[in-house]
Amino acid sequence: MKSTTTNSRRDFLKMTAITGGGLVLGFNWFSAEANAPVKFSSIGAGDVGFNSYLSISTEGTITILSPNPELGQNIITSFPMVVAEELEADWKKVKVLQANLDNKFDRQLTGGSGAVPHSWKLLRNAGATAKFMLIEAAAKIWSVPASECTAANSFVIHSRSGKKLSYGELAEAASKIPVPSTVKLKDRKDFKLIGKSVRNVENLKIVTGKPLFGLDFYREGMVYAMIQRPEQFGMKLKSFDGSIAKAMPGIIDVVSFKNNVAVVGKSTWQVLKARKLLKIEYEKEFDLESTEDHDKLFMNLMDNGQATVRRKDGDVDAAFKSAAKVIKGEYQCPFISHSPMEPMNFFAHVRPDGVELVGPTQTPARARAEVSQLLKIPEDKITLQLTRLGGGFGRRLKNDFATEAAELSSIIKAPVKLIWTKEDDMTGGTYRPACRYRFEAALDSSGNLTGYKLRGVGINSGNPTREHNFPSGAVDNLLIDSVEHKSAITTGAWRAPITNFLAFAEQAFLDEVALAAGKDPVQFRLDLLAKAKKSPVGDIRYDISRMEGVIKMAAEKSGWGKKKDVSQGFSVYFSHASYVAQVAEVIMRNGLPVVKKIYAVSDCGQVVSMNGASHQVMGGIVDGLGHAMYSKLSFRDGAADQNNYNNYRLIRMKEVPEIETHFVDNGIDPTGLGEPALPPTGGAVANAIFKATGKRMRNQPFIEEDVFKTVS
Amino acid sequence: MANYKLQVNGKTLQADVEADTPLLWVLRDHLGLVGTKYGCGIAQCGACTVHVNGSPTRSCVYPVSAVGSSQVITIEGLSEQGDHPLQKAWDEIDVAQCGYCQAGQIMTAAALLKQNPKPSMDEIEVTMNANICRCGAYHRIREAVKLASSKI
Ligand code: FES
Ligand code: FES
Repeated sequence: MKSTTTNSRRDFLKMTAITGGGLVLGFNWFSAEANAPVKFSSIGAGDVGFNSYLSISTEGTITILSPNPELGQNIITSFPMVVAEELEADWKKVKVLQANLDNKFDRQLTGGSGAVPHSWKLLRNAGATAKFMLIEAAAKIWSVPASECTAANSFVIHSRSGKKLSYGELAEAASKIPVPSTVKLKDRKDFKLIGKSVRNVENLKIVTGKPLFGLDFYREGMVYAMIQRPEQFGMKLKSFDGSIAKAMPGIIDVVSFKNNVAVVGKSTWQVLKARKLLKIEYEKEFDLESTEDHDKLFMNLMDNGQATVRRKDGDVDAAFKSAAKVIKGEYQCPFISHSPMEPMNFFAHVRPDGVELVGPTQTPARARAEVSQLLKIPEDKITLQLTRLGGGFGRRLKNDFATEAAELSSIIKAPVKLIWTKEDDMTGGTYRPACRYRFEAALDSSGNLTGYKLRGVGINSGNPTREHNFPSGAVDNLLIDSVEHKSAITTGAWRAPITNFLAFAEQAFLDEVALAAGKDPVQFRLDLLAKAKKSPVGDIRYDISRMEGVIKMAAEKSGWGKKKDVSQGFSVYFSHASYVAQVAEVIMRNGLPVVKKIYAVSDCGQVVSMNGASHQVMGGIVDGLGHAMYSKLSFRDGAADQNNYNNYRLIRMKEVPEIETHFVDNGIDPTGLGEPALPPTGGAVANAIFKATGKRMRNQPFIEEDVFKTVS
Repeated sequence: MANYKLQVNGKTLQADVEADTPLLWVLRDHLGLVGTKYGCGIAQCGACTVHVNGSPTRSCVYPVSAVGSSQVITIEGLSEQGDHPLQKAWDEIDVAQCGYCQAGQIMTAAALLKQNPKPSMDEIEVTMNANICRCGAYHRIREAVKLASSKI
């Protein structure tokens, strides 16, 4: 176990300028190399810009700063758990604070399931470093060798003499100990916190309605604002008349910038009402697209589009020519909205001497950079205070709401809270892109997969394939390509980008192929993986053994193939560095398929908080099932047909199946879990529905497919 | 504009607002009680649920002029110490993910338990089905309501 901890002289000098008691260690949680804990002489570490720190006060309170935006992935609990584990801290004495944006955090964002994997070693080193210094301090006081002392539950103990000192009592002395250059990390078999269920540290605030979220932020003297944006993608602002709106009670101003007309007033309701009275004329800038056009476009581009080759192995043409059997399948998904519960919002105050930003964003550093660029104000004059996020799902990776708030504040010269209504959010873009996939498979006479083709067509999707994912590497002849259509309808990352739908399409198609080959779907996948292991084709970017592991465990836990009263469907997916296999069980009720249960086996490496991890898996499955079953955004002349929860359907309590979660315990460092449980769900469910009804789900949402329309 | 005297969480509070202002925005913007959440504004999600004379009410579509002398209870007033059986169960089961919907969930459940302290799982589902949790914490919401009901 190694780590280096040499401090730069400059940092150290900066810290000795502060006075006070206790032990304070500043860290860069996110540095790419080994961490460099830095000792402070005071608890005021945050005041000098070292926002990421761990402190132990003379009363024994341990404060740990959690730097990542918190949106329900519970990073605010799991980060400190890792530190506390190595520190041998009494968890009851640990206080967790949400850090504000700091320049030193190079990965202060939430997205891509990367927070824990990225920081795992750094967090452990932080805790182990502090523990080392506390033990050294105690050993010095007692004049015994440090090797005879142990730490547990916020105490250092010398068992031979029965001496014991608390971390609080030792904090001051520990602060005089030099920061060690290497520390030893615990063996995972000795973990006391990691892997256990630890409750969310913010529970009490959440259940008592404390102001945690961006929308709850209030500042004396602030004004409220909403923006009217073009309702149709492809339109731009031509002219507006805000006189009636401006004359309404409580309205302070109506101003315009870019394609926006903003109404500013004294309360949310007054602004909301006045905004309806704006008279705005728009003019066409780009094509106004409709879902009907997209359906035709997909067909056309599938056959005639200009394709970009993403991966090519062997000779697919030859493989298909000599095939005993060829199977084809196409799958399509609509646009969907992220629609987190908390609508978009941000507070901005642009003053002559600097900018203050407050609100919920998944990418605070990017928000600040964008505001800096927009207003031509240097970044060091901009502060950003993070609030808790009422959900994100990728929507808050984009900071349009923050830049809007800043621009508006700079125009009206007042502190402003910009609020999007749910309708604004749902019709305002950055959707999960609509895509269509065509798969083709060639089988030889013994049912072996000899050729595989995938073409993805996406609307503003970028690359709609993940060309190196399974089954790539297991098929000798393979061609994956894609076609993109540029549209005025804006898209963005949606929880498990691309794979949130691609995984369904691929896993449903593999089911079709297994069936055509006369093989059991689980065995078929295992055979492919065995082949990839024995004679890999090209580049393989997934871990074959880990994938086999989750497949076998899911089959075992679900009693795959042994149940008579339910129809089972299988799916497995590798995404964002973790592996999840799922089995869905469907029964027929009143002639309609009903999902009764989903088993999920995840290999995400070391689980940090067991309940946190199981919440992520269950939430991911509910999310994956809900959007596969019910949700879609359609368009007419560039405008979304759905604008709120009355016409955009989200899954509700009665529609969720029982979920059983399992984790592979293999001791690998954490590989992330915010997204990986979502992609496999649609495929498992679709395959179970096929088993139950003989009908293949081709399009999302499933609820519009024929099997859900025929009531017996 | 008119001056409304409202009975909220056992106190008389005043707000100068227009008659059609939804109770939600009066609570949030004028009375500083931001525990009640704005989710949809059209009575679809339940994030804004408060009790009006004990009945679960979607404050986003309930005009302040309709409140009169009714007793309004918000999440801040559900218990003094945050120790209502539901609040305790929510912590014990560790229900929340992002947490944004949870005040509305708890207020909906509190009204249910008041009127039916020992609901069946089916009854819990029928009631709680009206509230959306975008994070999908439905299993634990159901479990926590059951747990709280066992402690009443
Ligand atoms: S905000 Fe009132 S029901 Fe959604
Ligand atoms: S916990 Fe996020 S919406 Fe329910």
